[in-house]
Amino acid sequence: MKNNFNLFIIIIFLIFCFIIFYKGLNNPNTYKPKISNKKDIPIFKAKDFNSNVYLDSEKIFEENTFYIVNIWASWCVPCRIEHPLLMELNKNKLVKLIGLNYRDNLNNAKKFINEFGNPYSQIIIDNNGTLSVEFGAYGVPETFIIDKNKKIIRKIIGPINKEIVEEIKLIIK
Amino acid sequence: MKILKIFIILFISIGFSHLKSNEKNNELKSKILKNIRCLICQGQSVYDSESEFAFSIKLIVDQKINEGLEEDQIYEFLKEKYGDWVIYDPELNKNTFILWLLPLLLFLSGGAIMIKKLRFKN
Repeated sequence: MKNNFNLFIIIIFLIFCFIIFYKGLNNPNTYKPKISNKKDIPIFKAKDFNSNVYLDSEKIFEENTFYIVNIWASWCVPCRIEHPLLMELNKNKLVKLIGLNYRDNLNNAKKFINEFGNPYSQIIIDNNGTLSVEFGAYGVPETFIIDKNKKIIRKIIGPINKEIVEEIKLIIK
Repeated sequence: MKILKIFIILFISIGFSHLKSNEKNNELKSKILKNIRCLICQGQSVYDSESEFAFSIKLIVDQKINEGLEEDQIYEFLKEKYGDWVIYDPELNKNTFILWLLPLLLFLSGGAIMIKKLRFKN
């Protein structure tokens, strides 16, 4: 009776271990942080890409519309892949695109915009990556959707694709 | 001459106190950075990592220390941005209680089994 109980406990323990490892192996290796829903946009001052003038975040997000903040850099290969989709999104009048140029060489960034087109209504400079940390980003490219109440409602890690563009269109409708 | 001596002593003492506060800040910075996980590296702390992300976090921590934020306030700031996972030393809450209590439970149940066995032998 006692041996049977011990065997039962061991089997339960092994099943428990198996489930833990099986679940662990199925998890993707890349970490995607969970962000609490509807986070406020950070308050910051950033340099404008074209005029080099410092702008307040309130000024950047002053209109009563949806905003998309896209973190990009000229050295970032996935940014080139998503760029045509951003150009497509730019045609939508219900949303404004804000570009956040991440740790880039200004001349290279300007060449990038001249070559591939400018989908952004405004570009701000993040020379050292600290502004991206304020947004909760950890790499490039990354995209944030901001609603009319100036809350971050969606965070996309990595390049956007056609499905995400459709999702964005549905959100801003 | 006397004024010059006083001036030199003052200058040296200010210099020393500045160095000491810098040293203190550097120690705090290292302590914090060693406890922050680099989210894009495999098993590295921000302190050890040379990634773009780690570079930005190092700057932000430096900035927050200079702004006068305490260690816990800096952790709170990072947790608000990246979630609890960014900190190596997780706090006890509803998501982490199993992590904290399971070793204790295993230890207690192991101890109870050992005591029971020993008593049985005696």
